[in-house]
Amino acid sequence: MIRFDHVSKAFGPETHALSNITVDIKDGEFVFLIGPSGVGKSTFLRLILRDILPTEGIIIIDDWDITKLPQSKIHLLRRKVGMVFQDFKLLVDRTTYENVALGLEILEKSKEETEKGVSDVLELVGLSHKRNSFPLQLSAGELQRVSIARAIVGGPKILLADEPTGNLDPDTSWDIMQILDEINSLGTTVMVATHNASFVNEMKKRTITLKHGEIKSDEEKGRYHQTERTKHHHHHEHDGYKEK
Amino acid sequence: MKPLTISWTHIRRSPYQALAAVLTMFLTFLVSGAFGLTVATSFLVLRYFESKPQATVFFKDTAEKLQADSLKTTLEATGKIAGIKYVSKEDALAIYKEQNKNDPLLLEMVNADILPASLEVSATDPRHLKELEPIMKAAEGVEEVIYQKDVVDTLVSWTNAVRLVGSVLVVLLSFNAILIVMTIIGMKVALKKDEVEILKLIGASKWYIQLPFLLEGGMYGVVGSFMAWLVMLILILWFRTSILSFLGIIPIISAVLGKLLSTAFFSCIIGFLFILSALGFLLGGIGSLVALKKYITF
Repeated sequence: MIRFDHVSKAFGPETHALSNITVDIKDGEFVFLIGPSGVGKSTFLRLILRDILPTEGIIIIDDWDITKLPQSKIHLLRRKVGMVFQDFKLLVDRTTYENVALGLEILEKSKEETEKGVSDVLELVGLSHKRNSFPLQLSAGELQRVSIARAIVGGPKILLADEPTGNLDPDTSWDIMQILDEINSLGTTVMVATHNASFVNEMKKRTITLKHGEIKSDEEKGRYHQTERTKHHHHHEHDGYKEK
Repeated sequence: MKPLTISWTHIRRSPYQALAAVLTMFLTFLVSGAFGLTVATSFLVLRYFESKPQATVFFKDTAEKLQADSLKTTLEATGKIAGIKYVSKEDALAIYKEQNKNDPLLLEMVNADILPASLEVSATDPRHLKELEPIMKAAEGVEEVIYQKDVVDTLVSWTNAVRLVGSVLVVLLSFNAILIVMTIIGMKVALKKDEVEILKLIGASKWYIQLPFLLEGGMYGVVGSFMAWLVMLILILWFRTSILSFLGIIPIISAVLGKLLSTAFFSCIIGFLFILSALGFLLGGIGSLVALKKYITF
């Protein structure tokens, strides 16, 4: 379970990224975190990953108050929390297999366990045939699937995705969302930060809407309301949705 | 990939930086090793001379044993003698033969006649030697009196000078080696900044991230020190005969260098290699650690 208890985060005296956020996310949930750019979505996810500390409040993950977690134990939290990035964050000098295997090598798994684990997740994300390809030989969609595979190969309880479709075309974006949905159906809590309305409206998952760093709404089967979308996003995403 | 494999990959991908680090380590250990061996040898020579009688009275070729016996009796009568031993020309030849048993050429050229007989004298207190000196010098048939203290004092002053110069050089070179490794590892960390960030974000432990860099620095030290050891070994073997002719009287040196296929020789060179490698790893590791502390924050 993820619990935010009156959490605020400010970057300097002028910039308040999040203000007084209190929210619970249960195990196994799929949650969209939506809102326009700069509203605090990435800050929300970075707080869960303990990439940054809140200015106020506490964050509990599986009975751990991660705001009090010592530096020496942060890696243990990050093994529970997988992260998918908009810019993939893959190592360009390593193959698909090696990039994904990294998620198991840091856990000091044996060669056999690593081979099996990587093969399984590559099959899940549909990239078994690209296991020996380097990032430069892969499309953006494939890169994101490698990134997802690496995030889940160690079996995290929580998977965070920060604008996972931000660099992808609509068709590929839908493939990625379906993979994330499938991962969620296997029991992993999935939290996706996005401003792509089509997925939110189509997938009908719990949706937390942020506005000016505060929770504007928290709906069980949320929708991305027209007023929250910029004209540009509306146009782009609507096209993508229609193609599906 | 295992940490050692990652370290090796780092080294392979930047061979010139690796070469710079290894050469620096090589020079550091060559100079340190050479000074270390010199100081150790000086120490052995000192110990040898300190174990010898405090004074040796050499007699003229024409002197009779009776004259030596007379001096011995006179000295013993002072009550200040701890030990006194007569060494005849034949005894001197036997000692000479033992000291130069590895050099047949030197043995051929010497017989008992050209070696002097002597009295080896130890006083109950070294300060008494001053009072005994006139008696020894004035005795009939005496050619020369040699005091070990003079030899020891000269050796001590030389050893101290070598130790001082060596220590300063070793400290400077070690500091330089640490700085070079630190700079190279720092550059590697900077080049791999993204990779380090990714590893941190996916849950790699501090140890997992830092170990390959630490091993890389250690490897530079081990390879550099191994090269230095190899060069010193070749030099010692090359100059072995000369070393033996100068220092063969020291039992340990004679035992180690006398026979190349002996256990003593192998124990010494392997022990020396082990010590140099361990110090090399330590020096490289320190350089890496300083760089990691400076460039990777957790």
